[in-house]
Amino acid sequence: MLRYALKRLLSLLISLAIASVVIFAVIEIAPGDPASFMLGLNAQPDTVAALRTELGLDVSKAQRYLNWVGGMLTGDFGTSYTYRTPVGGMIRDRIWVSLPLALYALTLSTLIAFPVGIYAAARRGKPGDLTVMGATQLGIAVPNFWFAMMLVLIFAINLRWFSAGGFAGWDEGAAAALKSLTLPAIALALPQSAILARVMRSSLLDILGEDFMRTARAKGLSRRQALFRHGLRNALIPVLTIIGMQFAFLLAGGIIIEQVFFLPGLGRLIFQSISARDLIVVESVVMLLVFLVIMVNFVVDLAYAAVDPRLRART
Amino acid sequence: MTLLTVQNLSLSIGPLPILRDVSFSIAPGEIVAITGESGSGKSMTALSVMQLLPDSAAAQGEILLQDRNLLTVPEPDLCAIRGNDIGMVFQEPMTALNPVKTIGAQVVETILIHAATTKREAQAQAAAMLTRVGLPQDQFPLSRYPHELSGGQRQRVVIAMAIARRPRLLIADEPTTALDVTTQARILDLLQDLVTEFDMGLLMITHDLAVVADMAHRIIVMRHGEIVEQGETQSLLANMQHPYTKALFEASAHQVDLPPQRETAAPILSVQNAIRDYALPRTTLFAQRQFHRAVNAVSFDIHHGERVGLVGESGCGKSTLTRAILGLEPLQFGAISAFDSPVGPDMPAATRAKIQVVFQDPYGSFNPRHRVARILSEPFHLDPNAPKGATLANTIATVLSDVGLTPSDATKYIHEFSGGQRQRIAIARALITKPELIIFDEAVSALDVSIRAQILDLIADLSRRHNLAYLFISHDLSVVRTVTDRVLVMQSGEIVEHGDTEGVFTDPQHTYTRSLIAAAPVLPDLKEAQNAPA
Repeated sequence: MLRYALKRLLSLLISLAIASVVIFAVIEIAPGDPASFMLGLNAQPDTVAALRTELGLDVSKAQRYLNWVGGMLTGDFGTSYTYRTPVGGMIRDRIWVSLPLALYALTLSTLIAFPVGIYAAARRGKPGDLTVMGATQLGIAVPNFWFAMMLVLIFAINLRWFSAGGFAGWDEGAAAALKSLTLPAIALALPQSAILARVMRSSLLDILGEDFMRTARAKGLSRRQALFRHGLRNALIPVLTIIGMQFAFLLAGGIIIEQVFFLPGLGRLIFQSISARDLIVVESVVMLLVFLVIMVNFVVDLAYAAVDPRLRART
Repeated sequence: MTLLTVQNLSLSIGPLPILRDVSFSIAPGEIVAITGESGSGKSMTALSVMQLLPDSAAAQGEILLQDRNLLTVPEPDLCAIRGNDIGMVFQEPMTALNPVKTIGAQVVETILIHAATTKREAQAQAAAMLTRVGLPQDQFPLSRYPHELSGGQRQRVVIAMAIARRPRLLIADEPTTALDVTTQARILDLLQDLVTEFDMGLLMITHDLAVVADMAHRIIVMRHGEIVEQGETQSLLANMQHPYTKALFEASAHQVDLPPQRETAAPILSVQNAIRDYALPRTTLFAQRQFHRAVNAVSFDIHHGERVGLVGESGCGKSTLTRAILGLEPLQFGAISAFDSPVGPDMPAATRAKIQVVFQDPYGSFNPRHRVARILSEPFHLDPNAPKGATLANTIATVLSDVGLTPSDATKYIHEFSGGQRQRIAIARALITKPELIIFDEAVSALDVSIRAQILDLIADLSRRHNLAYLFISHDLSVVRTVTDRVLVMQSGEIVEHGDTEGVFTDPQHTYTRSLIAAAPVLPDLKEAQNAPA
């Protein structure tokens, strides 16, 4: 198990290194010089050159890559071109919105999807299964911002249980912060839970057809006992894969939801930075997201091994 | 006092009738075998007794376990009976165990479902039961996972699970079909011992008549969901009443009329000192790589028109050697040449065309979306001089007639054919390039006995008409014995014995050959049995 974890860790580091090179290269290829963009069309060439020096754009590309990576390793993400504030600080503010939101949504989605998927699989082809599957079909088809607007309409405007948008901040206490994230988390979680429930159902149905499920019944287990004792753990592997992918999506893909609820999250930061050619911010946020996604995959890999002894043995 | 009585059992699944008027009984300590070809309803009979049928199944009649009719017992009570009073062993040991749970946990589970006992006590019982079935605790502790065991060992775990509560009735559905002969012999011995020791009834489902004749006290022959004949083994064998029973046993013991081998010239295939190693995964990052030698210094020739058999158990290197001869595997040492040119991954198409292959599972080796004509012309894809248009159509018609099908079959899809017909199409595909050597890799192993007999006749007939050479690979010794002139016995990557087939079978020299032949169950000589006083 330890060897397996070390191997995954090694591949994690290699992925990070490759990702950093790719991100840097792609941003370099993008047209537009940040210095001349910031100073406008009528800037004097010597002013542009001075700003380039200030921004650290006048050294060779290799040197800039090393400065960037080295900076990130020591916690210095550079200075935003447009806001003239440290990027590290900007990211820190936003990640405390986006990361809890993603985790909140993922928890909700898993809590909804597991019982729904298991219920549907256990009643395959019966009215309960068909109803649930129809509902998940709808959940996948309807975009999450529509859910968001409906939630605002019902719970914020009519019932006045939640505020319609904005983020209370963690200084006001965890309860207030979580409360302001609840509606966005539900809006994000609904389509995800619909997908996850369908994966759970089909994965369980595959397992129910396996020989060892028949063996379990031949031992004297009831259908339900066999499902929970022998089916569930085997069905988890594809489900874990989807959970990992969903977390990555929820982290960076919440931009529309952030917009609907006026949340200062990472998605909005990237969007604003790209519009403003604030490349250093884009680079750093993308790298951070890559880091988080790779970390999640690492955790998913460890979870695979915890579920399936064959993976532990193969190392 | 009977243990199980099945009375006029009829079963349908949806609108489809599966069983009709099935009646038989089993006494404690008795071994009853149900035999028949695929689709005869033998497995469904077993699952009816377990009451593990699909939801849409509807049964009439009675299944009495002592005095309880299992057809009317409610599901919760059935759960209490399954595993406790009736144990079941399945065909596929590789998939019958839950891969994510230890073998100990799985045996313990059977005990804990039915007995009010502590986990510790259940573990002790499970350990004792595993030891009883031949998995001693010092080598196979409870903490082992299924993937760490071989097929035969897994089947022992499945048996331990089934008998952990010492059930009165054990049902075994093709328990040894997926196993090698020597493993099969040991598992069958174990089952027989357990029947005597626990005074259990054993309901054995098997298509293998030799196994049936060897160990069953009584035999039930089924066809199309009905029992055609049943009786005590000795008297049934001596005095078969139903023509289907006779046909079944005759097909099992079928001897083909193999044409005599013609005078041979130079070898067409020559394997010289072939060695194939597989690299094993590194145990640590910088360790020297370890190798597994799948084929070790194998040398033999096949001459024009010669039929050579290759036997050995799974993992002995048969398949690797076959792939090497087909030029699909590189060798680490030695050489294979065919028709005077070297064989390897980049051999010329003309040489490749002269060696063709027929595999075990015909359905798996065809693209289901192609018509037969396209499947048959596939071997021509590499050949620039391949026939086209009318010539190709003629060639396809000829090979189809050659294998006993009709030219009009060329426009059909593969799902429209039965298993035996599919194997004929596979042979037709091998014939189309006019090869001189055909490799049959377990080509008749998945077929029912009557179909197998027909395909073997076809194989013999083709060798007569086209003077073909064969390399016939099989784990079934009786089949190899009837269709080959010479046989190679392979063990752990090496040829341990070779010689002319009759010689090797009647007077085996190597201990491994002897153990293989001893382990293979044999059909009793029916003529002798029929003449003997019943």
